[in-house]
Formats: sequence, C-alpha cells, structure tokens
Amino acid sequence: MSWKQLEEGAVVKGGTSASYIVSGWRVKRPVINEAKCTNCLICWIYCPEPAIVRHEGGKVTIDYDHCKGCGICETECPPKAITMVSEP
Amino acid sequence: MSLQSLRVAALQGDEAVAEAVRQSDVDVVAAYPITPQTIIVEKLAEYVANGKLRGEFIPVESEHSAMSACVGASVTGARVFTATSSQGLAYMHEMLYNVSGMRLPIVMAVANRALSAPLVLNADHSDMMGSRDCGWIQLYAENVEEIYDRTIQLFKLSEDPRVMLPAALNFEGFILSHDKERVRLLEDEPIRRFLQRPRPKHHLDPDEPLTFGAIATPDTYYEFRMQQTEAMKAALRVFDEVEMEFESFSGRRYGAVDAYNTDKADVVMVINGSAAGTMRAAARELNTAGENVGVLAVKLYRPFPLEQVVSHLAQAKAVITMDRSISPGAPSGPVSEDVKSAMQLAGLSMPVLSVVYGIGGRDLAIEDGKNIFGLAKEGSSFGSSTLMYGVKV
Repeated sequence: MSWKQLEEGAVVKGGTSASYIVSGWRVKRPVINEAKCTNCLICWIYCPEPAIVRHEGGKVTIDYDHCKGCGICETECPPKAITMVSEP
Repeated sequence: MSLQSLRVAALQGDEAVAEAVRQSDVDVVAAYPITPQTIIVEKLAEYVANGKLRGEFIPVESEHSAMSACVGASVTGARVFTATSSQGLAYMHEMLYNVSGMRLPIVMAVANRALSAPLVLNADHSDMMGSRDCGWIQLYAENVEEIYDRTIQLFKLSEDPRVMLPAALNFEGFILSHDKERVRLLEDEPIRRFLQRPRPKHHLDPDEPLTFGAIATPDTYYEFRMQQTEAMKAALRVFDEVEMEFESFSGRRYGAVDAYNTDKADVVMVINGSAAGTMRAAARELNTAGENVGVLAVKLYRPFPLEQVVSHLAQAKAVITMDRSISPGAPSGPVSEDVKSAMQLAGLSMPVLSVVYGIGGRDLAIEDGKNIFGLAKEGSSFGSSTLMYGVKV
C-alpha cells in the first residue's frame, strides 16, 4: 500500500483484533479430548488470549484464529484433557 | 496592533515561555523540573493554581512519565505542553518517537544543557542533538523575545493539519533561560485568534474507541516513516505562512534563517542559538575595520531550510560552521554535517572550516568571533579535522 493511503499516526478503530487472524506463528495447537474434559473452565481462566471459547452448557472450544500456541492450557488442565499437537 | 497596546516586560527566557504558554490557552501541562528549565514548570504550576491558566497541570515523577502523560492528553485533542533539559530530554528519548509517530502536535521547550558525566548544569546543544532524529520540528531561538514569539508560533505550526508533528523550542540554559531581557508582550486576544483550530481529525472518544500508533509490519512501517518525512517538508512551507500571519498582528518576523551581509561576504559563518548575535556583533566590528564577513543564523533546524541556507552561501569564498555540540568520532558536528551536505547537493565546493565551541557553557565572546573569522581568512585551519575552539591545551 502506498504511503499516501495509510492513516497518519497509524490510527485504527479499537477492538478490531477480533476480526484478524493473529495466530500465524503457532508451532503447536491445543486439542481438547472431550471425553476427559470436565468443563471446569480452568483453561478459560488461564488463557492469556481470549482463545478459549465458552459455550452454553459449559462446553469449551479453541479459537484457533487467536490461539498463539503457548501451551498454558495444557499445563493447567487438571484432568489432562488438553494436548499440544504439532501444526502440520 | 498598535505599539501602545504592547506591554513591555523584563523577563527571563523561562518566564517568557511560561507567559507564552499561558496565552496559548494550553489545556494540559505535564512536566518535571530540571535545571535550567525549572522556572517554566514552576510558573505554569503557579498559573494553573491561581487560575491564570485554565488547564490541567499533571505533576509526574519523571520526564519519561511527563511525556507519556502528554501523549495521553494529546490523543484526546487537547493542546499540550512540556519542558525539559539535558538528562530529562534523554530520559524522554523513547517517548519522543512515540509522539512524532502518532503525529501528536505537542510543543516542548528545551533549555539546552550539556549531559553528564561529569555532572554539568550549563549550556550546549548536545541534549537536543542527541535526539535530533526523533521526528520533531526543532527550532533554536536567539533571544528572549524570540523565545516568547516562537513558543506561540510552534503551536500553530505543529497543529496545522498538513503538519501534525511535535515541535521542540531550543534555547541555551542560563544564557537565555535565566537571562532577563526586554520583551514586548502581545495581548491575549490576537494570540487566541491566531491559535484557533478545529478539533484534530483523530481524538479519543469513549463511544468510538481508537488505537493510536498501532502495530506496523515490515510491509507498512517504512511508509509511516515516509509520511513523517513528507510532513517535515510540508512544515517548511507552512512555517512561512505561520510567520506571515504572526507578523500581521505582532509586527515581528524572524525567518527560518537570519542573514547578515551574506550577499557580499567573502567568509560566511553558519551558526544556531544565542551565539549568532555575538557573532553578528563580531562581524560588524570586522566589517567596520575593512573586512568582509557575514553570519547566517539557522533558526529552523528541523526541517532544515536547505535551499535558503545554500542561497546565502553561494557567493562566499569560504564557509565557517559553528557547532555547540560534539559528535565524538564523527567527521564534524551536526550543524557542520548538514551544511556540508546541503552545499554538496547544491554543487558548492568552497572550503569549510568546521568549528566546535561553547561546550558545557564555555563562553563565546565577540573577540572569539573575530579570532575564528581570522583563522578562516588565513586558511591555515582548513583541513580534515574539526577545530575545537577555546579548548585549553
């Protein structure tokens, strides 16, 4: 993009990161074993990104567009229901 | 404005800055005291406390915080001012780039002072020169009345939608910050009219959240810096308009450069800051005695008025550059580098004598000016090395 087209001061609307994919550098991804998961939400509390998504009824899934692959959820999960798996 | 309506006052440079800031209706001042700039901060705190300035004074615990608070205030669209010197400016260094990168029109007074170690309180330009490339407009004033006028002008220049860059007003610590001089103060009303402006294009609003200075990648960062470079070029043009409009109600105009006898002189000295006046006096004395020398004071340092500078050097047989800062290991001081680079671009090839002077507050008297002009005349000092004038050997 030409320098003439960019917004001066790099000013952008707030709250736009939800619409961006910011996980391009992830090496390993967390995968939830639903059979082991107790819906305790410890992973939801510890995730430094809002990348653990709560659903009605307590079920959790991963938002892979925002998960950076840090692995904290795997470490903290009490029933060991989350495993970090290498990205293809 | 008639001369009758001018108030004449004896003011120190710092006091002149504070009075100009008061009259410029500044909304927020965040600053930390440091010698020799302290009087500015004290005066402004006093003005806010006694209601003479209807703005916020944010006392902070450091210069880093001062400039950070200024950033926060400026993104709301407020008119913001701060002041510092020496170590304080160095401590702000990181934030200076954030201000220019976010295109915030903050105005800062810098009472120039040399840097530690060894601890020193007196003037040279090494504080601002150390942050020379921070993307701020930089101007060097020569006397107290100019300090007063320039403070007002810089708000106008910075806030122009074609510019939107921060500006630093430089004047030497003690020599100008504490020197009492005659100042013809202007009335509040014409200054208020002069500085009227629409709310900036972008400003923080809780209902419409914005991110300033959002992350850039190798794909975009270069282009943002290109925008700043172009804004600096625009500032050079807008500067003339600002001066013209200021002149219309004040009767005062300085120019981006001030030239004395440069159209005829054999030797032209290029200098910035308060010593320009001293060197002009030296040149006048020499010219009365049959010499033919000139002085070019570079007031606006960033953006550098390249074309104006070279136009005043074109007919000289030799050029002297005067630097009040040292760039250790460099071919010469920053002013000299700029002048030589401008000359090269303009195809001028007369010899240049690069001089360093006035380091750490060392005085430069009229006699010194005559000596330096004398050395240039002899031609004996022209060479590859910079002349460290006045150093004890």
